[in-house]
Amino acid sequence: MSLQLFLTIILNGLTLAALYFIVASGFSLIFGLMRTVNMAHGSLYMVGAYIGYALWEPLYDQDAWYAWYIGVLAGMAAAAAVGVVMQKTLLGWMQGQELRQALVTIGLSIIVADQILAGFGGNPRQFFAPDAIFGSSYVPGVGRYPTFRLFQIGVAVAVGIGLWLLLNRTKVGLMIRAGVDDRAMLSACGVNVPVVNIVVFALGAALAGLGGVIGATAQPLAQGVDGRFLLISLVVVIVGGMGSITGTAIGAILVGLAEQVGQALFPTYSVILTFVIMVVVLALRPQGIMGRAP
Amino acid sequence: MIAWLRTPVGMWSTIVLGALLCLPAILPELMPENQARFWLANIFGRAIIYGIIAMSLTFLATYGGFVSLAQMSLAGVAGYVVAVTVNGAVPSIVGGLSYLTAIPLGVFAAVAAALFVGLVSVRTRDIYLLMITLALAMGFFRFVETNIAWFNGYEGIRNVLGPTVFGLPFRDPHVLYYVSLATAISLYAGVLYLVRSPFGLVLQGIRDNPRRIAALGYNVAHHRIAAFGVAGFIAGCGGVLATIYNIGISPGSVGLSATVNVLIMSVIGGLGHPIGAFIGSLIFAFFDTFAASIYDRNRFNTLIGVVFLIIVLVSPDGVIGFAKRARAFAKEKAAPKDWSRQGSKPG
Repeated sequence: MSLQLFLTIILNGLTLAALYFIVASGFSLIFGLMRTVNMAHGSLYMVGAYIGYALWEPLYDQDAWYAWYIGVLAGMAAAAAVGVVMQKTLLGWMQGQELRQALVTIGLSIIVADQILAGFGGNPRQFFAPDAIFGSSYVPGVGRYPTFRLFQIGVAVAVGIGLWLLLNRTKVGLMIRAGVDDRAMLSACGVNVPVVNIVVFALGAALAGLGGVIGATAQPLAQGVDGRFLLISLVVVIVGGMGSITGTAIGAILVGLAEQVGQALFPTYSVILTFVIMVVVLALRPQGIMGRAP
Repeated sequence: MIAWLRTPVGMWSTIVLGALLCLPAILPELMPENQARFWLANIFGRAIIYGIIAMSLTFLATYGGFVSLAQMSLAGVAGYVVAVTVNGAVPSIVGGLSYLTAIPLGVFAAVAAALFVGLVSVRTRDIYLLMITLALAMGFFRFVETNIAWFNGYEGIRNVLGPTVFGLPFRDPHVLYYVSLATAISLYAGVLYLVRSPFGLVLQGIRDNPRRIAALGYNVAHHRIAAFGVAGFIAGCGGVLATIYNIGISPGSVGLSATVNVLIMSVIGGLGHPIGAFIGSLIFAFFDTFAASIYDRNRFNTLIGVVFLIIVLVSPDGVIGFAKRARAFAKEKAAPKDWSRQGSKPG
């Protein structure tokens, strides 16, 4: 394998990891605070992507330069809105019943996927990136590389830094971290915990929606992506550790690299590599690489 | 035995068993011949076959306390091993084996795979176990979907017709029905026997308090892994039957929706008793078949999703739990309250 090919594969893995991080960080955030395993996280990804697409398409036809950005905002808003409704109407009042919440979100994901199929049909769709991040750029050692994929890494880094600042430097972050440790005491301190829950759920869902639009720009959007991104989120947080942003980043990089390297070296067995990583991590550290011991 | 028959459970079990045995004779009286064949194979036969797979999940959930989403994949392992090794499958990948050897091999492979799943998830519980088993299930799905050399990728393997039983083809509705019923009854009885055995009691002890069981000197991890093996055996039997019922196997049979469908069946029926799996799968088969007349032919998933959601919201212990509560409620209504006894209750 030439050095150039090797670097290209690594860069492919990192750009994929960036997308995985954006989606999985929302999953991890929701899990970290509320212990809610949101099995509908892939559905939120799909809602964001399809609603974003519905708003993007007419604007793109009119050649509006801001079409894609509107798509991103609409996708995030739609996913966040669905997430808030879910938390407010169904999940909020069964707080603490983890299995029941998981079952409810599974039920919701079935309904959402079927209604999206009814509304949008089964044809694959894809966004076109705006001119500013379209085309290719020169990367030393690799050569020409799609600009959008590099942009993906930038978004992931921004999301990571933003989440870190939010959790460690703001009052809301203080409440969230306090809620992870002792929600009863937080509530006794006068914080409206259900509202904090809704804010966190909206944020986590919006990240899924953001991932949806970015993912649907990089690769086609079709039925079944909900299952795929739910799986990715699960594996990433299992490997990285539940509820840890750093862990999610490490997990995403490992999974992204494993997928690309695996596909380059042994195409039809590449899936196994991802799961070998998961099994090894579980055997050595059941709580994940950065997870806290239960 | 006679005393058992007089208990409500014994009486109802006998009635249901008798009805199930006579079903192939009753159905043609109620409807035209071709419809009766359809009902026998595609509703009752199918409900029993998928009920077996769902029972493997219910067994683990009821007596072990772990909800494993890998059960459909374990069934798929058995199905794929049979399809890959048996004679007559299209395309023939290994071939050469008769059903007599291929079926035990498939079930054995399912048990081995189940022990592996148990080993991987042995240190996790509850919601983590659910996530890990789902991840393993999806990994298996992606693997068979992308691997052409062994599993023929997306298309899967067709023409797995099953052996002939007493000179009749397996796909004959009566043969399919009775073989599935016999398998289901033996496995069901086996589960009920097993949970009363020392192994079953330790398993239930682990569910309630693993530390205390460990303190009593039992190896918690070994019992948990063994429970997965038992569930793998059940799922493997169901998987072989399902593969013959579907005349083959493809990645769709072990995909996310198939995995979730097994969970739906178990939950709708109720995770409190193994019989719930069969009740749930029968309800599922009804909805699947008649969704067209209830709501919209193409919107089956919305319909079953809503039913599932309502069950989880209203009665988390499924139809069984609902029936239990309804009976308790009716009893309370029927019997006049015995006020004299309430006062003497020890506080």
